[in-house]
Amino acid sequence: MPEDKHSVVMENLVKQFGDFVAVDHINLQAREGEVFGFLGPNGAGKSTTIRMLCGLLTPTSGRARVAGYDVGREPESVRQNIGYMSQKFSLYNDLKVIENIRLFAGLYSVPSNKLRERIEWALGMANLKGQENLITGTLPGGWKQRLALGCAVLHKPPIIFLDEPTSGVDPISRRQFWDLIHHMAEEGVTVFVTTHYMEEAEYCNRLALIFRGKIVALGTPSELKQKSMKGELLLVECEPLGSAVKVLQSAPDVIDAAVFGNALHLVVRDASVAVPQVRKYLSEHSITVGHIEKIRPTLEDVFVSLTTVRDSGKESTA
Amino acid sequence: MSFTRFLAVAHKEVVQILRDSRSLIIVVIMPVILVLLFGYGVNLDLKGLPVYAYDRDGSQQSQDLLKRFQASDYFNIVRVVNDYPALARSLDDGHAKMGIVVPWDFSQRLRDGRPAQVQALVDGTDDNTANVLIGYAQAVVQGYSADIQLEWLRNRGQVVQPSPVGVETRTWYNENLESSAFIVPGVLALVMSVIGAFLTSLTIAREWERGTMEQLISTPVTPAEIMLGKLVPYFIIGMFDVIVCALIAIYWFQVPFRGSFLTLLVSSAMFMVVVLSLGFFISVIAKSQLAASQIALLVTFLPAFLLSGFLYAIEQMPIILQWITRILPARYYVSVLKKIFLKGTPTALLYPDLVPLAVFTLVLAVLATRAFHKRLA
Repeated sequence: MPEDKHSVVMENLVKQFGDFVAVDHINLQAREGEVFGFLGPNGAGKSTTIRMLCGLLTPTSGRARVAGYDVGREPESVRQNIGYMSQKFSLYNDLKVIENIRLFAGLYSVPSNKLRERIEWALGMANLKGQENLITGTLPGGWKQRLALGCAVLHKPPIIFLDEPTSGVDPISRRQFWDLIHHMAEEGVTVFVTTHYMEEAEYCNRLALIFRGKIVALGTPSELKQKSMKGELLLVECEPLGSAVKVLQSAPDVIDAAVFGNALHLVVRDASVAVPQVRKYLSEHSITVGHIEKIRPTLEDVFVSLTTVRDSGKESTA
Repeated sequence: MSFTRFLAVAHKEVVQILRDSRSLIIVVIMPVILVLLFGYGVNLDLKGLPVYAYDRDGSQQSQDLLKRFQASDYFNIVRVVNDYPALARSLDDGHAKMGIVVPWDFSQRLRDGRPAQVQALVDGTDDNTANVLIGYAQAVVQGYSADIQLEWLRNRGQVVQPSPVGVETRTWYNENLESSAFIVPGVLALVMSVIGAFLTSLTIAREWERGTMEQLISTPVTPAEIMLGKLVPYFIIGMFDVIVCALIAIYWFQVPFRGSFLTLLVSSAMFMVVVLSLGFFISVIAKSQLAASQIALLVTFLPAFLLSGFLYAIEQMPIILQWITRILPARYYVSVLKKIFLKGTPTALLYPDLVPLAVFTLVLAVLATRAFHKRLA
């Protein structure tokens, strides 16, 4: 395999469907053995990007290399080196568990002397030993996802692409699934995973935030939380929330305000200055104020902050 | 081309066919039903047509004439009525296809040596049947009047040749003029169109619809491996069905089989490749099961049914349709089938059909291979 130790490299990658730019000049690298997260809302361009990286869609312009091979020109070499789990469950529901595994072992040309060992390994990993003869369609969601992962890595690919692998799966299964992902990364596998669950993004080594086809932030989860927030974050308990958000958005010193659960998150320049001012400002607008404290931002705060900046920026230029 | 990957796809396909009761029914039971349906149901022979008679004369001669109608295979006098309205009603309500009226002075005129007229009322709804009926009725009456003339001359002491000119017919190929012998061999083409194009178009479109194609094409499997893996099981099933249908035709319907069984297998294999390629091609374009099945019906089943010469002679079609039939692979296959079964035409004389069939086989197989790309959009 030539050149870099980067498993996945994207250079000015663009995908256009008619007038719609789904992926807009993306530049990214994922390192070997890294769990690289691709975070963004539905329709942001995550699946389109991953499909280009798997050679399923041809880039409109730009380049991408996976395992050292160009996805546009050498898609077959790319496919030898990757495992892919599509967003929608796409194993055969009418086949038995073992039949799906055997099918993909065949498709990935697992040599016959290793077949038995790999099948056993996949069944063990997916925790499906003893369930080989169940019809796949009757399995619960979490089991199906583990089976799909097992099928995608039967040939021990150095890179795996997982497109929203845990959507529609219960929280415990989701946790188990991420343990599997980390286990594979420890063995040197590069994992490229998309998600729209913020709490899942915390499990990634590095993250790219994608919004409307563009990368809006890139870094480790903690880097993102520190750097990407312009200012400090306050948690404000008050009543009623709806009018408080409206009032605070036009208040001085407040950069942004959003409802989080049963409280507000405020982005301010300086927490020590802002707390008394906010309290006063809210009381003036006859809003009952409770507890106010400075908190550490979550990825969700980062994401909301980055995307609202983009949104308002867009409005002012329009 | 990796045999392992081909085998993986083919094995998966077989398991899916065996597990899906609907496709199993289409594959195993439908061919048999089609052969039986066409063998028994589509009968172009006109025999024992129901006739009502109104004998206003009631003489020995009028009874003789009606007996001649009854004696012919083509007519069955189901009722004798006593007035015109009853006769008209029988045609109206479809109980009779023809009404025969013998006039009151029938025997009187014959005795006097004057010409007599017999009236035949024919239901002309189905023009073909009506034409045939009229022809048969005229033949019966002419035979009767020839005999009367003969007798009349003999009674006058003249020695006469019974019939100066006669036609001695020998029917070849379908000696007993059974329409099942004409129709049943062509059913093979129908069965293969259904198995080949219809089922395969569904199996690939289904993968697009359910999203399994996305997973499939993310693996190193090549388009050729997918195509062969999917089509080979259907090819084997199709050939099995051809043999079953041929055996039913030969041993159940007693259709003569005079040609070479090898030529039957080879031409069937070619036609199977044609319909499989068409089905594959269609499903690549359609990507939804509903659209695929409807297009498959339109481009394979209907032409095989209407334009292949299966039921309707191509020579009788308008010239434009005759030209269109030349681009239908089914036409050549049906022609081969009828010749092999009934005529026992030597293979060397089948080249005008076999060569175009082979060309279609090659062209469509190549087109199908080229059509499929491992891309989502």
